[in-house]
Amino acid sequence: MKDLLAVVMLLGIYSLLSASFFVAMDAVDVAFTEAAVGAGISTLLMLVAITMTGRKEHHARHKPLLALAVVIVTGSLLIYGTLDMPYFGSAEAPIHQHVAPRYINDSMQEIGVPNIVTSVLASYRAFDTFGEVVVIFTAGMGVLALLSVVRHPEDTAKIDSINHSMHEQHLILRIVSKIMIPFILLFAFYVQFHGDFGPGGGFQAGVIFASAILLYAMLFGMSTARRVINQSLIQILAATGVLLYGSIGIVSLLNGKEFFDYSALSADPVAGQHLGILLIELGVGITVASVMVIIFFNFADRRDFSPKKENKDL
Amino acid sequence: MIIGLYNYWVVVVLMMIGFYIVIAHGNLIKKIVGLSIFQTSVFIFYISMAKVDGGTAPILADGIEQYSNPLPHVLILTAIVVGIATTALGLALAVRIKEAYGSVEEEDIQNKDNQDC
Repeated sequence: MKDLLAVVMLLGIYSLLSASFFVAMDAVDVAFTEAAVGAGISTLLMLVAITMTGRKEHHARHKPLLALAVVIVTGSLLIYGTLDMPYFGSAEAPIHQHVAPRYINDSMQEIGVPNIVTSVLASYRAFDTFGEVVVIFTAGMGVLALLSVVRHPEDTAKIDSINHSMHEQHLILRIVSKIMIPFILLFAFYVQFHGDFGPGGGFQAGVIFASAILLYAMLFGMSTARRVINQSLIQILAATGVLLYGSIGIVSLLNGKEFFDYSALSADPVAGQHLGILLIELGVGITVASVMVIIFFNFADRRDFSPKKENKDL
Repeated sequence: MIIGLYNYWVVVVLMMIGFYIVIAHGNLIKKIVGLSIFQTSVFIFYISMAKVDGGTAPILADGIEQYSNPLPHVLILTAIVVGIATTALGLALAVRIKEAYGSVEEEDIQNKDNQDC
């Protein structure tokens, strides 16, 4: 397919389908994340990127035969490798024998949170999750370093007038989304704080929160959105989330416990676990939401205020 | 029954589709799309391994004996969000390459580099 717009749209549909597949596989938390990330934010970012890099793929000659041969050989080797794997759905598979029974049987007494995914994510494997949050933060900083532009006042005025006329057109969309956005934000908070009991948590809530802001920015223009969301404030928030997460670990260290052992936070170990999970999920949510907003704003800015020399080439 | 392995075969097929797109296409955006498909195939691999027959979602409730394995869910949940962050970084690089070379096609970029030498 030469039209990249169609490719990106198909990728969005594929993500939504895989989200429903994850529900069928009992992975409700994962499905939630995939639906918000894959079908929402990722499609949006790809669309912004192809407005800058061009919608059509050139008819460059490539050698599909060699690639096809490599792919078929690798694929058959992998399928040969699966012959020793446990069968699908088998309860005797090695993966279900080691730590999983402990999480399922003991997490209620140790953590006191019904959603096992949340207790593993935020307590048993908190150090791991901390690493993931740092990766997200670093990626956000990378996008900032690659794409941030210095804006000139005269450019801003020109873009504003274009945006203004463009955004006058979608009246129905704007009114409907204006009603919807508070509910999306409210839902994000619900997902954030209800993650202990049902599917949800900081990662999903952060993405949903960011998507509400992105919806606003798309329909009302970047300059309006910029008046609501201060770029430097959002950068500070992204760092605050990571720091909040890390400092919980430091607090438990200072109290003589291990890194991310939340029983240090309260006299009652289970209450300490609750508090710890709540705080680090909050840190995750803040970081994820701010990084997503940073990434989108920088892409959109780059498109509006791309350097002048580029215009000569086109 | 060998057919009980079909979940791995679906994963392998998806993975190879992603791999083919990455190596056969010259367009950088398409390569990133290929990488996303590759990535999703790994997600499906983990999640399908976590499934237990007759199990339910790993949220503790009364009267339920069998749960699916929660650990792969945790790993993949974070991997999805990290995946979008790294995809965004890749797209940012593609945008910068477009600005510097005027193209995101691999051949054009190599031709320009060879001219400069």
